[in-house]
Amino acid sequence: MNWILEIFLDILLITTAIVALQAKDLITSAVATAAFGFTVALLFISMGAIDVGFTEAVVGAGIVGVFFVAAIYRTTRKTKD
Amino acid sequence: MTNPSQSLIIKMVSRTLAAFIQVFGLYVIIHGHYSPGGGFQGGALLAAGVLLIRMTEGREASQPTLATAIATPLASLGAVIFAGLGVVILFFGGNYMDYGAVPVPGMEPAMIRYYGILIVEVGIGLAVMTGLVSIFDDMVRTNRQSGPDLGKGGLS
Amino acid sequence: MKMSKGKKLLGFASLLALTVLLLVAVDSLPKRGLPDAPAHQVINAAGNPGAGAYFIRSAYEDAATPNMVTVVLGDYRSFDTLGEVVVVFAAAIACYLILRRREDEEK
Repeated sequence: MNWILEIFLDILLITTAIVALQAKDLITSAVATAAFGFTVALLFISMGAIDVGFTEAVVGAGIVGVFFVAAIYRTTRKTKD
Repeated sequence: MTNPSQSLIIKMVSRTLAAFIQVFGLYVIIHGHYSPGGGFQGGALLAAGVLLIRMTEGREASQPTLATAIATPLASLGAVIFAGLGVVILFFGGNYMDYGAVPVPGMEPAMIRYYGILIVEVGIGLAVMTGLVSIFDDMVRTNRQSGPDLGKGGLS
Repeated sequence: MKMSKGKKLLGFASLLALTVLLLVAVDSLPKRGLPDAPAHQVINAAGNPGAGAYFIRSAYEDAATPNMVTVVLGDYRSFDTLGEVVVVFAAAIACYLILRRREDEEK
């Protein structure tokens, strides 16, 4: 049962990473990065590393997303490549 | 960010949610001895509560929550609590961060270590919370009157 | 930015090679939670007492704290945690020095 969940999380991880890299709108990239961080946190927790998963959920899914949005707010929203 | 959000729903939800996030952050710091969590996670949760208010209410209106002018000094204070505790232990003849070396009357070394860890966690929480809020404030602070082009709707 | 076809192929091939290398490395690691793994030995390969087994056995007696992760982070390895805090603090100070405008400068 556990390995089905982990396979699903792995697929989600790769999907969010590709979305974050390929999106033209940088806000989309920031949200996809936050989703990536949360998926990593779930993977950590499924491996039994509760403390690491907790840190990753708070920092990777919360604070980093906010900082990316703040950085986009100061620069540009669209990417050229 | 700099201006308050236009949506009533976003404002009310974030106002309600921020209080619960911060109470949970305090719980994570204080209860770190018995459950997953600790200073870093709790401090980041406290910072997330402040940043939620910062993003929805605007920078000026959210200053009473945690003023920008005191965020950076508080971050220094948190780092000094952590590093200073280590230096205090040096004066009692122990190694750096060896809490058990401090002689507290009527307390066995295990309990001294327990309270040493608690003081350190509070220092970490303070430093991380105010440090992250300070970084956010410096990033959104712009001296241009008109913000950059964000397309329709903008970012509030 | 447009890349030439040869460069793109080269990048893809090196990415594939790195992926295969990492997968081989992950596969040859000890399985998760295996008690015979070198990191969990009471006496490690060099003949010294292993750190992991010591932490698990004596964390509660040393600090009266049930959560041994907190004991490792806050007591045994508190120097690492100090470095963690210094990283966040240095980031805050760098943002303060580079980005913050003083009030009289703002107009």
